[in-house]
Amino acid sequence: MTKLKQLRPQLLALAVVLVLIGLISPGFFSVTVQNGRLYGSLIDVGVRVAPVALLAIGMTLVIATKGIDLSVGAVMAITGAVAATLVADGHSVPVVLAVSLALGLVCGIWNGVLVAFLDIQPIIATLILMVAGRGIAQLITGGVILTFNDPAFSFIGSGAVLGIPMPILIWLAMGLAVGLLVRRSALGLLIEAVGINRRASMLVGVRARFLILATYAISGLCAAMAGMIVTADIHGADANNAGLWLELDAILAVVIGGTSLAGGRFSITASLIGALIIQALNTGILMSGWPPEFNLIVKAVVIVAILTLQSPAVADELSVLRGMLRRKGAKS
Amino acid sequence: MTHDALLSAQGIDKSFFGVKVLDGVDFSLRGGEIHALLGENGAGKSTLVKILTGAYRRDAGAMWLDGQEVEPRSVAEAQALGIGTVYQEVNLLDNLTVAENLYLGRQPRRMGMIDRRRMRGDAATLLARYGVGADPDETLAHYPVAVRQIIAIARAVDLSGKVLFLDEPTASLDAREVQALFTVLRQLRAQGLGIVIITHFLDQVYQIADRVTVLRNGRMVGSRAIAELPRRDLVAMMLGRELAEATAHRGSGATQPDTPAAFLFEGYGKRGSIAPFDLDIRPGEVVGIAGLLGSGRTETARLMFGIDRPDSGQAAVDGQPVTLHSPQDAIGHGFGMCPEERKTDGIVGDLSVRQNIVLALQASRGWARPIPRREADALAERYIKALDIRPPDPNRPIKFLSGGNQQKAILARWLATDPRLLILDEPTRGIDIGAHAEIINLIEKLREDGMALVVISSEIEELVAFSTRVIVLSDRHHVRELRGAEITAEAIVEAMAVPGDAA
Ligand SMILES: Nc1ncnc2c1ncn2[C@@H]1O[C@H](COP(=O)(O)OP(=O)(O)OP(=O)(O)O)[C@@H](O)[C@H]1O
Ligand SMILES: [Mg+2]
Repeated sequence: MTKLKQLRPQLLALAVVLVLIGLISPGFFSVTVQNGRLYGSLIDVGVRVAPVALLAIGMTLVIATKGIDLSVGAVMAITGAVAATLVADGHSVPVVLAVSLALGLVCGIWNGVLVAFLDIQPIIATLILMVAGRGIAQLITGGVILTFNDPAFSFIGSGAVLGIPMPILIWLAMGLAVGLLVRRSALGLLIEAVGINRRASMLVGVRARFLILATYAISGLCAAMAGMIVTADIHGADANNAGLWLELDAILAVVIGGTSLAGGRFSITASLIGALIIQALNTGILMSGWPPEFNLIVKAVVIVAILTLQSPAVADELSVLRGMLRRKGAKS
Repeated sequence: MTHDALLSAQGIDKSFFGVKVLDGVDFSLRGGEIHALLGENGAGKSTLVKILTGAYRRDAGAMWLDGQEVEPRSVAEAQALGIGTVYQEVNLLDNLTVAENLYLGRQPRRMGMIDRRRMRGDAATLLARYGVGADPDETLAHYPVAVRQIIAIARAVDLSGKVLFLDEPTASLDAREVQALFTVLRQLRAQGLGIVIITHFLDQVYQIADRVTVLRNGRMVGSRAIAELPRRDLVAMMLGRELAEATAHRGSGATQPDTPAAFLFEGYGKRGSIAPFDLDIRPGEVVGIAGLLGSGRTETARLMFGIDRPDSGQAAVDGQPVTLHSPQDAIGHGFGMCPEERKTDGIVGDLSVRQNIVLALQASRGWARPIPRREADALAERYIKALDIRPPDPNRPIKFLSGGNQQKAILARWLATDPRLLILDEPTRGIDIGAHAEIINLIEKLREDGMALVVISSEIEELVAFSTRVIVLSDRHHVRELRGAEITAEAIVEAMAVPGDAA
C-alpha cells in the first residue's frame, strides 16, 4: 500500500502531537490490562476515533473524485436511530447489522445518483441529506432519545476481542478492507484519474459515473458503521446529536492526511492518521485540565500549523531556501 | 553585458528534482525584433520563458530590462514591467466571458463600476484585428482551442508594453489565422516591441523571425540572424545532427487496399455540428481529414468516437450495425482516439507517465482486473523507448513533461490498447521536427501493420505524406474526397475553399 516515505509528514505530525500531550499530561502513555481488556488514554484515543476514522475512510474516496459528502453525520443519525429501534424491538444482532448497513448504502447511493448522474454539485447534493437526514432520524425515534438494553448489540461499542476494544478492531478492519479493495484492484487508479481529469478519463473509457457513485456508496456504508458504534456505545440513539459536526472532522482528517480537496491522489492510511491526530488533540486537551474554552482554539492552532507545513507554497519556499543554503555552502 | 538589448538574461540555471533543465543560458532580445526561440521537445524553451516572465524562480542568473536589473517574482509583476506572455498551455478561465477573459484584472471602469458596455466594445474591436468574430458575452467554454489561443494572444499583446512572449502560439491555428497573427506581430515590431516566439514550424520562423536562439538539452547552442542561417544549419543546430528530411513532402504512394471496409458510417451526422457524411475505412489505410478551423474536423472525430451522439445515420463494424453512444462503446469496438486538446482532454496531470500510458488499457479491462505492475512497467518502458519520450522516467508525473513529450505519451496510451481504428486529432501538434518525422514514420508503420487510421491535421504537407485518401471539409460538410495521385497540397487547399453547401 502507501509507502512509508509518503506518510512521513503525517506520522511526524502525529508523533509531535503525542509528545506534546505526553509533556502536558504524563499519564497519557500508560496502558494497563484490566479484566483482559486494554485500558489507558492511548487506547481511549483509538476507541474514540472510531466514528471519525470510519467516516474518513469513505470521505477520502469521495474527496479523491473531487467530491465531498456532507451527509455522513446525518446518515449516522439515521442508521443509529434505525438500529436502536430494531434492537429495542428485540431483533437479533445480524438483522440489525444487515438492515442498518443496507440503509447506509442506500443513503450513499442516493447521494451518488445526485452527484454522478444528475450532475448536481457534490456540496449541494449531500447538503440535502445532511439537512433532511436529521429530520428523518427524529421521525424514526419519535423525537426522544431512544434507549435499549441489549448486551449483544452493545458489544460493538464496548466489547473487546483479545483485549482490544471492538471499535478499534472495526475501524482497522474497515480501513484495511477498503484499502485493499482500492489498491489491489484498479479502483484506486481509476478514482484518482477521474478526480484529476474527469473529461480525459471519460474519453479513455473510464466509467466515471459508476466510480463516483461507488465512492458515495462506500461513504454511506462507513457512516452506517460509525452510527452503529455510537449507538451501541451509548446504548441508545440521540437523533439530534449523533454524528453532529462529525462530517467536518472527517473532512479535516482527510485534508490533514494530504488528500487535496481538488481531487486526485489519495491515501486512506494518511487520512486515518489524520483522524488519530484530531482525536489525540481532543483527548489530550481534555486530560490537560485546561478550561474547555481553550480546546477548540488550541485544536485550531495545531491544525493550522500542520496544514501550513504541508502547503505547496511553503514547500516551494523551503526548497528555494535549501537551494540557496546549498549554493552558499558550495561557494565558501 | 550588452546593455543595448531591450531584455537580456545571463547565466540562467534551473533544476527540477535535482535535474538541471537550464544550464547557464544567456539570452538577449532587442527592441523592434522578432526573435525565435527554438529547440527540441524538452530542450527548456518553455521553462526559460516561464523564468523570464516571473512564473518560475530561477536558481541562478540575472536579467535586465532596458539596462535595469529586474526581478519579476510573479506574472503580474512581469506584466507591470511591460512583459506580456502567452504560455504553451493557455491559461484562461472557462466560465468567464470572452470579454472578461480579455480584461480580467484591468476592466475599464466608470465611476468605480466596471464599464461593461465599453469592455464589450473594446473586446470586439480587439478580436476583429485577428479576424475572430467571437461574441464578447459568450462564456469561453463555448469556443474551440484556436479561438481561445487567439483570445490569449490578444490579451497578452494588449498587456505588453515592451516585450511579448509567445510559446507555440500557432500550434492550433490554421494558415489564415497565422497570417493574421503575423500581421499584428509585424505592426508591434514596427512600434519597437521585442517579441519572442517559440514554434516547431520552421517555415514560420523563416517567414517572421529576424533572429533565432537555439537551445539544446538546457544549454544555449547559439544565437544568429536568420538571414545568414540556412535551414539545414538551423536544423543541425537544434538536433545536434543532420536530419534526413527526405521522407516529408512525398506521397505515401500507398493505395486504398481492396479489403472490405471494416468501419462504415452512412449518413452519419449531428445537426449544428456536422452535416451527414458517408465514410468507409479499411484496415491498412490512412484517411486524412483536412479543412480549415471550424470546418467540422474535430466534430467528425467526436461523432465517430461516440463523444457526441449522432441524430442521423448508422455505423457498422465488420458489416454489423453498432451503436456508438459513448467512448466506451467505441473502445469496445476497437476504436481509439487522441484528442486535440491535450491538457483538458488528454493528460491526467498528477498521474505518472506510466499510469497515463496504461490508463486506456486499464479502463477497457475494467476495475476488477488491474494491470499487474510488471506488465505496466513493460508497456511504459516499451513506448517510452519507441516514441523517445523524454525524460525516460515512467514515475514522473506527466504534468512535469514538456508539451511535446506529453503528446507522445497520449499517443502511447492508445497504441498500448492495440486499436483496430485509431483516430488522431492533430497528432503532431507541438512535436519537434525530429520527432515529427518519427511520428509520420510511425503512422506509416501502423498502416502497414494493418491498422485503420483517421488522421486530422492542419499541416497539409503532412497529410499528403501519409494519407491514402484525404477527405476535405468545409463549413461542416464533407465536400471532397481525394485519392491516390489526386492527393496534392494544391488540390487540398483548393477543395478547402469550396463552400460547404455547394457540395
Ligand atoms: N514543473 C516542472 N517540474 C519538473 N520538470 C519540469 C517542469 N517543467 C518542465 N520540466 C522538465 O524540464 C525540461 C524542459 O521542459 P520545457 O517544457 O521547458 O521544454 P520545451 O523546450 O518547452 O519542450 P516542448 O517543445 O515539448 O514544449 C523537460 O525535461 C521537462 O520534463
Ligand atoms: Mg514547451
